Amino acid sequence: MSNSGKKIKYKSQSRSRRVSLGVTYLILIILSVIWLIPLLWIVLSAFRCQYHPDGTFIGTVTSDYFPKYVGLKNFKDLFSMTFAGVPNAFGKWVLNTLIIAIVCCIISTFLVLSVGYCMSKLKFKLRKPFMNISMIIGLFPSFMSMIAIYFLLKSIGLTGNPEHPEYSIIGLILAYSAGAGLGFQIAKGFFDVIPNALVESAKLDGCTSFKIFRQIILPLAKPIIIYQALMSFTGPWMDFIFAKVIIGADNPRYWTVSVGLYSMLFSAFADKNLFTQFAAGCVIVAIPIVTLFMFLQKYYVEGVTAGAVKG
Amino acid sequence: MSSKTKVPKKNKLSLPERIGKAFSNFGKRFVDGSLGTKLSHFIFGAGNFYHKQYIKGFLFLVIQVAILAFMILCPEVNGTPYGWKALRNLSLKYATEGSEFDPVLGFVSFNSDCKLMVLFGFVTIAVVAIYFLVWNMNIQSSYKADMDKKIGKKPTTFTEDLKELLDRKFHVLMLTPTCIAATVFTLLPTIFMISLAFSTYNQQFMNENGTNLFHWNGLENFKAVFTGEGILGFEIRNRFLPVLSWTFIWAIFATLTCYFGGIILALLINKKGLKGKKFFRTIFILTIAVPQFISLLAVRNLLGEYGPINSLLMNIGATTQPIGFLGLKPGDSESLAKFMVIMINMWVGIPYTMLMTSGILMNIPADLYEAGRVDGASTTKMFFKITLPYVIFITTPYLISSFVGNMNAFNSIFLLTGGGPTYTGYAAGGTDLLVTWLYKVTIDQGWYNTGAVIGIFTFLITATITLVTYRRSKAYNEEDTFQ
Repeated sequence: MSNSGKKIKYKSQSRSRRVSLGVTYLILIILSVIWLIPLLWIVLSAFRCQYHPDGTFIGTVTSDYFPKYVGLKNFKDLFSMTFAGVPNAFGKWVLNTLIIAIVCCIISTFLVLSVGYCMSKLKFKLRKPFMNISMIIGLFPSFMSMIAIYFLLKSIGLTGNPEHPEYSIIGLILAYSAGAGLGFQIAKGFFDVIPNALVESAKLDGCTSFKIFRQIILPLAKPIIIYQALMSFTGPWMDFIFAKVIIGADNPRYWTVSVGLYSMLFSAFADKNLFTQFAAGCVIVAIPIVTLFMFLQKYYVEGVTAGAVKG
Repeated sequence: MSSKTKVPKKNKLSLPERIGKAFSNFGKRFVDGSLGTKLSHFIFGAGNFYHKQYIKGFLFLVIQVAILAFMILCPEVNGTPYGWKALRNLSLKYATEGSEFDPVLGFVSFNSDCKLMVLFGFVTIAVVAIYFLVWNMNIQSSYKADMDKKIGKKPTTFTEDLKELLDRKFHVLMLTPTCIAATVFTLLPTIFMISLAFSTYNQQFMNENGTNLFHWNGLENFKAVFTGEGILGFEIRNRFLPVLSWTFIWAIFATLTCYFGGIILALLINKKGLKGKKFFRTIFILTIAVPQFISLLAVRNLLGEYGPINSLLMNIGATTQPIGFLGLKPGDSESLAKFMVIMINMWVGIPYTMLMTSGILMNIPADLYEAGRVDGASTTKMFFKITLPYVIFITTPYLISSFVGNMNAFNSIFLLTGGGPTYTGYAAGGTDLLVTWLYKVTIDQGWYNTGAVIGIFTFLITATITLVTYRRSKAYNEEDTFQ
């Protein structure tokens, strides 16, 4: 008797579980669609290839979600586009951004790792004050000091330099990576987890701090190195406001790709008919970054989780 | 009684005690030190030369000569001097309206670049600080050699000193690049902008060179926020409280919606028996991986006047005119724009929390649920009694930092609404946060002093929230025990 009762209960349980699983699928599919609508639209717009009856190309936002005709015209036009007097501007922007991203990635990763290691594993007098000061500075809105950094860079000729407009790139690299060391918290949290005993015993064996760092810590730090490199490499592709202020609106040859794309929609040179080309540019920028994220997802999740739980 | 219950504290010196100790230390070094150490107080590296540490002594000397030359010769950049002149410029109280210039300082012309004067003044202060730092290091180095000699050890050679940098002084080597870079590109600009909040430096001053000179005006700019005095005062006073309260409302809603939305999404994705977890996760991560200026501008255009959403709504007859979802035109509804911004922000923010809480959800001890099931608790009840408290407990630091992050969520507002509806000049629009307003006031309008005031207010608010909660958090208090 009790056995059959159990069976019925089990059956109804499995049925309600199936129903709830089905509901979950439904909700997740609806949410996925919502999540994809805007992104898919940008991709579709990038491939849109439609003309007015009089033969002029339609590059604006249109009322259709799905394009009637597709083609690669937007991509071709984008690469041959002369924008703000700069011929083939898009390729140049991509190259600028690539250079900035690579250099920033190297400098920032190095700075963050070294500071994170010091704060976690070395004992010295100014440790706590350094941590407090860096936290307090971090609380000032970065937009506040942005203009001051511009003044500073301008006074040493690293931006707005009429003879060497290309120096703006160096200026932007400095602006991006100089403060990177102050964002050591996640790296510190990572190093904190490495047992101190490991370091102590190496010290007893006569290892110097440098040797410990190079031979024990660094090999263990691969996840945090990858996380940091990912963040500082993608940073310059994502940021547009800092780059816009530091490089300046009057120096379109040395814009980063995000500033360039933004300016295609909002600036003195903006044109509503450039929207589909803007979309094409977005696709070109987004694909490598998204790929990178997908491949390094594990490290990204590890990094943000460590940062969140440690605070 | 109370002394017994008190936890024994570390033997810490109070600040005055520490200062006193530092001074007595200086005196001691001067009195006890060798002739070289005594000389080091005036000529850098003298002590090192005395102890035959020539390279080190030479380096100290070079630094002293370089800094002194910098201070005395006052090199000029763009016509603005460094050195003692920069310090003097910093202390100037320029003549105010009407009069040409300060009679005592007749040589200050109107065309001098005031922002550079102030900036260089702070750079020079930093250089002076470095001078005294090196001064102390050089005495210390010589005194240490004295002590070594006293106990019969040979003073360290230069190579030995360099080797120390890889071992006992490794932190010096590792932190120096960051200290220099952060001082120049973060600390200095921040101090500079803070100082501008106490000055008359703004666009108007720059345009009408000569009528309204640069000078320090104390708390005038701060007062203007409340009294509405001055050219900008009226606008600032009218908009300050609305912007401040909207910033808070925005931060609260944006944080809570994304937080709970993320937890629910994580629960859905991690549901037992669900297939394609990775597939779903990848879709939601897309909004993190795609740069915000792309994803948010996509949404903005999608919802735009001629965009697909509006034309769909008009086709099905839901509306006769395009709806101004994002308040991009002056007549658009402010509350709709605010609502939309919060909704769209969920689209961007939920995946973050989902990622964060996924790992935590899987680490909830299974026996907690087992116990709940034995007690006959329903799934909903277990969610509210077990899952939620557990997750909230672990992610409190994240909740705080995301609240502060949302207060400074520049992209979400700037890219979606541009602060609209109705934004003119330096007057904030309906959806402007303190940061976007700060950006407009400083970068677009050039009202540096007012922008700095807004920035300081933002800092005070976020700092209070962070410090109060952070100091109480486990991560801070048990930092050492954790290791």
